[in-house]
Amino acid sequence: MPKKPSMNRRTFVAGAAGALGAGVLKGVTGVTPSLAQEAEISVPPDPTRVQGPPASLVGGRSPFEQPVRLLHPRLTSSRTPLQDLVGTVTPSDLHFERHHGGVPLIDPDRYSLLIHGMVERPMVFTLEELKRFPSVSEIRFMECAGNFPRNAGEETTPQQICGLTSQSEWTGVPLATLFREVGVLPEATWFLAEGQDAAVMTRSIPVEKAWDDALIAYGQNGEALRPENGYPARLFLPGWEGNASVKWLRRIELSDGPFMTREETSRYTDPLTGGRARQFSFVMDARSIITHPCHPGRVTPGWMEVRGIAWSGRGRIRSAELSFDEGATWHRADLQEPILPKAHVRFRYMWRWDGEEATILSRTTDETGYVQPTQRELVQARGVGTSYHLNPITGWRIRLDGTVVYRTEVWG
Amino acid sequence: MRGLRSTLSLGLALGLGMGYALGGCAPGGSERAPGSEGDGGARASSEPLPERFGLGRPAGDGEIAALAIAVMPDGRGLPAGSGTAREGGPLYAAQCAACHGSQGEGGLGGQLAGRITDDAFDFGDGMEGPRTIGSYWPYATTVFDYVRRSMPFDRPGSLTDEEVYAITAHLLYLNDLVGADETMDRETLPQVVMPARDRFVPDDREERNRVW
Repeated sequence: MPKKPSMNRRTFVAGAAGALGAGVLKGVTGVTPSLAQEAEISVPPDPTRVQGPPASLVGGRSPFEQPVRLLHPRLTSSRTPLQDLVGTVTPSDLHFERHHGGVPLIDPDRYSLLIHGMVERPMVFTLEELKRFPSVSEIRFMECAGNFPRNAGEETTPQQICGLTSQSEWTGVPLATLFREVGVLPEATWFLAEGQDAAVMTRSIPVEKAWDDALIAYGQNGEALRPENGYPARLFLPGWEGNASVKWLRRIELSDGPFMTREETSRYTDPLTGGRARQFSFVMDARSIITHPCHPGRVTPGWMEVRGIAWSGRGRIRSAELSFDEGATWHRADLQEPILPKAHVRFRYMWRWDGEEATILSRTTDETGYVQPTQRELVQARGVGTSYHLNPITGWRIRLDGTVVYRTEVWG
Repeated sequence: MRGLRSTLSLGLALGLGMGYALGGCAPGGSERAPGSEGDGGARASSEPLPERFGLGRPAGDGEIAALAIAVMPDGRGLPAGSGTAREGGPLYAAQCAACHGSQGEGGLGGQLAGRITDDAFDFGDGMEGPRTIGSYWPYATTVFDYVRRSMPFDRPGSLTDEEVYAITAHLLYLNDLVGADETMDRETLPQVVMPARDRFVPDDREERNRVW
């Protein structure tokens, strides 16, 4: 006679909010992640002997998987947990966020986009009308221009080093299509993009970007944009610094020059040596990060897959390389197909750790021949005072006990 | 099958949409993606596209004026009205000082006032010194534009144009850029000479070395 399935359930403490259901937790004010971590998850000893939960309207993560964004102390940004992710697409709820006046709540039925200025026909488009135009979907990264902490200590994670980059499949209407609809006048060389958040965020963008590949995006990873990513519609400028892809877009004004907004003068400019500052440095330079092994982590001797992502705002990644001798020699890593332009590409390299202290660096080269620089090269090229568009080679040290720490480097 | 009509909806072929957008070809041109129906010949995946789709509606002057608040460095977009630093002092104290300090020295909000000796701009070389309106902002018009659209932080958009002119004048005054009774309006504001005006250069990474 078969043994009766045990009704005893093993209970133990596991990671955060999933036990309560992410949706439930969000609705409960005052429930902090630390409290949720105390929640007990009941796990049957043999899942083949008990019926599982029924179908649900909206799925959630396994309660054992609780990746979270890292909040800036002032709650003006949060960073993607790159060390917890596989593949190349960032789950929408883990896409980094950065805003200057909080996340506005916008009724899609009342949303409209005004395009005016140096055009033949100033026009207003509702969200429904934007969705009637020919659409495109493309997988592209989005990275904030300020995405590298100088003088970071050993206990630094990929999320802290460059968690202000994320990747989504963006769906929308090419801005070029709308520009044809309104008839952009020949004297128009720039356009202002303006959001409808409390900052009424503005940036000036060269018109060429619209004819090239700019989108008015309303979709992200198969559904509507997340509120913190511009719901219901945003500008999306592939390969360019995230700040320029104005969210919650309400207005585009064509003009014959840049507007010199606060975000393109006092912010998002790059001091250089010689008493100058670089302005309108839109393109994100090629960069890579090893996401395994990394801090916090511990490895054991033997084979392991060294993994990471590489990307370039100028186009496709040509190669990703690893160095185990502080950059004296480099070893080519495998790149996961398809290698999309202006997109995170996953790289990997099988490596056998012999148990001795080791250092692993990564660097990438893009299809234009641009090679990711060392921190020293960056400082020599621009000076020590620069803070945006930092993309230096980084890496990890593996100690004798297998713990992994960030390879620190003094800035300057 | 020849009569099958596609509608101008979300379903319009992706490949055609991209080619239309990126190729720069005129709508209604001859470039067409081949069909995939297996009917023995290349088939258009769309009806011939029009010059314009005719979606959206014309924008009225009133609704444009209600939204078009951006100011350009030559003064275009500045509204009527005026203000002086003296008028702006009490406004600044009431609306701005809690975050930015009574003299613009900063606090919860950024430091707004302060010049650097000889208006040096050696930030790239690691020069110590705050990046204030007086030391780093290249255009005075930006102050007006930003204050009007984004400030005060807890009540953005609550200031009248007169108040924004007065607060802008006060911020320039705190940076020793205008006098206490100098009137700031759509004529005078663009003419304020900012120390950092000629410090900015366009992105030149493509022309420089491989590090950029």
